[in-house]
Amino acid sequence: MASDPNNVLSLEHITKTFPNGAPVISDVSLTVKRGEVVSIVGPSGCGKSTLLRIAARLEPQTTGACTVDTHGIGYVFQDPTLLPWRSVRANVALLAELQHLEGTMMQTRVDEAIALVGLQDHQDKYPRQLSGGMRMRVSLARSLVLRPQLFLFDEPFSALDEINRQRLNDELLRLFEHQQFGVLFVTHSVTEAVYLSSKIHVMSARPGVISRTIEIPFGYPREADLRFDSSFGQHALEVSHALRETES
Amino acid sequence: MSKKTLRIGRVISPIVTFGLVLSIWYFISYVVMNANRRSVALPAPHDVLRQGFFTWQHNRGIQPIVRAMLVTGRVAIVGLLIATILGLLIAIVMNFAKPLEWSLYPYAVIVQTLPILALVPIIKIWFGANLTSRTVACVLVAIFPIITNALFGLQSTDRSLHELFSLHKASKFTRLRKLEFPSALPAIFIGLRIAAGGSVIGAIVGDFFFRQGAIGIGRLIDNYQKEGRTTELFAAAIVSSLFGVAIFIGFGFLSKVAIRHWHDSATQVP
Repeated sequence: MASDPNNVLSLEHITKTFPNGAPVISDVSLTVKRGEVVSIVGPSGCGKSTLLRIAARLEPQTTGACTVDTHGIGYVFQDPTLLPWRSVRANVALLAELQHLEGTMMQTRVDEAIALVGLQDHQDKYPRQLSGGMRMRVSLARSLVLRPQLFLFDEPFSALDEINRQRLNDELLRLFEHQQFGVLFVTHSVTEAVYLSSKIHVMSARPGVISRTIEIPFGYPREADLRFDSSFGQHALEVSHALRETES
Repeated sequence: MSKKTLRIGRVISPIVTFGLVLSIWYFISYVVMNANRRSVALPAPHDVLRQGFFTWQHNRGIQPIVRAMLVTGRVAIVGLLIATILGLLIAIVMNFAKPLEWSLYPYAVIVQTLPILALVPIIKIWFGANLTSRTVACVLVAIFPIITNALFGLQSTDRSLHELFSLHKASKFTRLRKLEFPSALPAIFIGLRIAAGGSVIGAIVGDFFFRQGAIGIGRLIDNYQKEGRTTELFAAAIVSSLFGVAIFIGFGFLSKVAIRHWHDSATQVP
């Protein structure tokens, strides 16, 4: 599995046990290729966020192998996690600074990333002056500066209202089509998962295992109206059923 | 109530309080006390103004008060500066590793709980009864709020922001510079304001006990009391409290400038 040169993330037989002995994840394997959006859906506490944190090397796995180039990771948290004392522009530049990108190259990439998320007119504002959706865009732009090969999303749009969530889903797809990174996307929303993904892993809880994998056959680019297509509805239904089975 | 009424109310209310206090003051000076008692215990406000503020002589009125206030003010500011630098360094060291915090924090608490008066004799033995000792007293009073508030600020940095920095393998120093320190600034400014008040009190207490060197406002107040110069005593007390207020407002302004873009507390300070 790890030998495929297109893989930007490969998790093999990952298990995770908490220090008190409680199993969280049991034997989970998955890969993410460049140009692929893979989603994980599952009930609360199934370990999907923990899996993401293991992929980002924020937490060690108990057993199993995780192959990933940490330099090429963009991690988008549930909250936008912006530095409130920095302007939009300075926030977007943060990770570039941490990775010691310098001078004009950094400035060009910051300009590019800000333009990609459409925040040119808000560069000098501070996070508190922005709406929730705009803050999330800043958070996205901050990772885009590093031109990551792999994006990890931890329920990034769950705090937004439906309109903003859909808008950001569309923008994410646009970025994805433009830059062809790999995506591992953790979400609670079935429609979001179907709309974004080429593959959906359904996880069940205690311990977390992948109970089903569903391929989504729609190609990219995807149009917003896809959400109202009958075959879209069928896939959403299939994922919902798989989710319900995990709870029974 | 409309916004305008509120604003007018905000200006008028303290003025009304001031008028009320003045009336009570006049009432006690003139109705409760006779002339002899009045001149010793509570001279009328206009006498305090005339003799304490509008008398311009080398050794009478406002001149010696301002001179003494400058001496005390300098001690307070130097003491506060030293306490700030030392206090921040200690907080940063404590934040660096838990064992360091465990080994240092109890002693910081002890410094705080020791009454400054109990330390006066020791300070006198070590540093003499001079300006240095007054500064040391200031530092001892001012340092604790700076340490505790800075440490609290450094340690309450958002966890997911820390994870963001971990993800990009930021060094401890980068983390301190770009994340923990700026995020601690609101707490540091609260500590500074408390410390500033303490430092002024420390300097005035120092004036009383470390009597060598230039006369500070504490010593002057003590002298005026002994010499029965009550109007000037009142003027000196008022000036020293105005100095405390000025320092408080100064730090409020500083914190407003430093964190106004992003922190709510900055919009509430006077």
